[in-house]
Amino acid sequence: MSHFRRRYGASPLHLLLVLCSFALALYAGVRLLKGDAWGVAIWFVGAALLHDLVLLPLYSVTDRVMQYVLRPSGGPSTRTPLMSVNYLRVPLFVSALLLLVWWPLILRQVSHFTVATALSADVFLGRWLVITAILFAASALCLLLRARAATRPARRAARAQRAGRKAAK
Amino acid sequence: MLGLILLFGITILFVTGLLSYAAYNPDLARINDETPDKGLLGFYLFSWPTSPYWLYRLTQGVHVTLGIVLIPVLLAKLWSVIPKLFEWPPARSLSHGLERLSLLLLVGGAGFEFVTGILNIQLHYIFPGSFYVLHYYGAWVFMGAFVVHVTFRLRRALRAVRPRGTSPVPQETLGLVSPNPAAPTISRRGALGLVGLGSAALLVVTVGQSVGGWFRKTAVLAPHGQEPGSGPNGFQINKTAASVGIRASDIGPAWRLSVRNGSRQAILTQQQLLALPQFESALPIQCVEGWSTTDQLWSGVRLIDLAALVGLGTNPPKVLIESAQRGGAFSSAVLRDNQVRDGRSLLALQVNGATLSQDHGYPARIMVPGAPGVHNTKWVTRLSFGEQA
Repeated sequence: MSHFRRRYGASPLHLLLVLCSFALALYAGVRLLKGDAWGVAIWFVGAALLHDLVLLPLYSVTDRVMQYVLRPSGGPSTRTPLMSVNYLRVPLFVSALLLLVWWPLILRQVSHFTVATALSADVFLGRWLVITAILFAASALCLLLRARAATRPARRAARAQRAGRKAAK
Repeated sequence: MLGLILLFGITILFVTGLLSYAAYNPDLARINDETPDKGLLGFYLFSWPTSPYWLYRLTQGVHVTLGIVLIPVLLAKLWSVIPKLFEWPPARSLSHGLERLSLLLLVGGAGFEFVTGILNIQLHYIFPGSFYVLHYYGAWVFMGAFVVHVTFRLRRALRAVRPRGTSPVPQETLGLVSPNPAAPTISRRGALGLVGLGSAALLVVTVGQSVGGWFRKTAVLAPHGQEPGSGPNGFQINKTAASVGIRASDIGPAWRLSVRNGSRQAILTQQQLLALPQFESALPIQCVEGWSTTDQLWSGVRLIDLAALVGLGTNPPKVLIESAQRGGAFSSAVLRDNQVRDGRSLLALQVNGATLSQDHGYPARIMVPGAPGVHNTKWVTRLSFGEQA
């Protein structure tokens, strides 16, 4: 047993399970590839790489650019946490996610949609833009409220000072 | 955490997907089966029941809506394991190499299933082949790798969500912790919250098309979030008369329904059908694409009464339904005997008190409780009882 483990790298059960799954994949895969074998193979491998090689670089670069643009003005020595980037990141993420799922309708790619369903194909782009606008507006409102809450002690002190001065007069 | 959500979610997707295949009664007739080469993969098939009548509406609504809601979870899972892609050496041992090959089937299979599903519900048929073939066999390739992955990783996933202190997780050994991390810009809880927010947003703009009624308005980005019209016939349409080549002459005064049982045949006009005893059934329309309507009140002739016209008693056999529509995979379908014998199964002539509109199958359409929408054949011209197809 330990000899097998040394040569293979895991228990015989591991090998058995993997081979079972490959047998199933082969049985279904032969049927999957029966028509346009190349097309299906490209779609399958493409689907495996879609996130890692397309989406990830795209959102990573966007996120880095946002962080760079929003970097604290105090220079690299500043201790301010970089959390403010999230006021941009959250609405952008949700908006991009909705586009990622519903792009064929939003970008009017389905020419036969109205003929088939008797529903308008022209509403989706406008609706997505309105949702995006609402998301950014809500985020801006949160940022505003947070900023006011953060400066409240200072404002209260200033008000008290003014009131004090008035009373002294 | 993400892994455990996917474990539950994908299991539900797989089960509801298999149920959807069974709902077509593919083993009953060749024309019901979109994947006739299935072989052993159809081992689980059973007669699709007519009760509860909302069963397929529920299972398919869950299948499509849950699939959409899980997309951010799947993306976050892929994001969290990205360092594994650059693992070096690519295979430390034979077992490790096989496991990585299995991961290609896992990740490729997941992406393939989600992408084909999302495109199909938007009628964007750009994938290389029949949706049914790709989505069904792709699911089996994916699920084999999924079971392997769950078996190898379940213990680790459970350890990761156990309350801290009981068993510390040596995260560093997993190779997913950066040796040189950048300043944090979001907490772990915040990142998970972002994924949850994404799922919630997708749920809100989608689920209304499956709930129907007032909630349909909320499905602002889903394909069936609008109403096609108002009045008795103003509910959702899968394929309009124009889109499947129905001509005025097909459904005009010359239209006849032919009912056959071997050599016995009855030919009926629309007026003759209306003169037969009329029955009512409150049934929804539920599509494989996940959308559905609330119950509509259909009225027409029961299928058992039509069977009796050609000499079939109280236990009629299956029936082949043929439509006037030209082409398309679902211009005909075979209904099983349990569907024919259900008293709620109608050849409907009216809906909600009005004559059927052309887009809803005028002069006559099938309505069977619990059947997928495409088996509620529209523009019916012929019923052949007991026929092989």
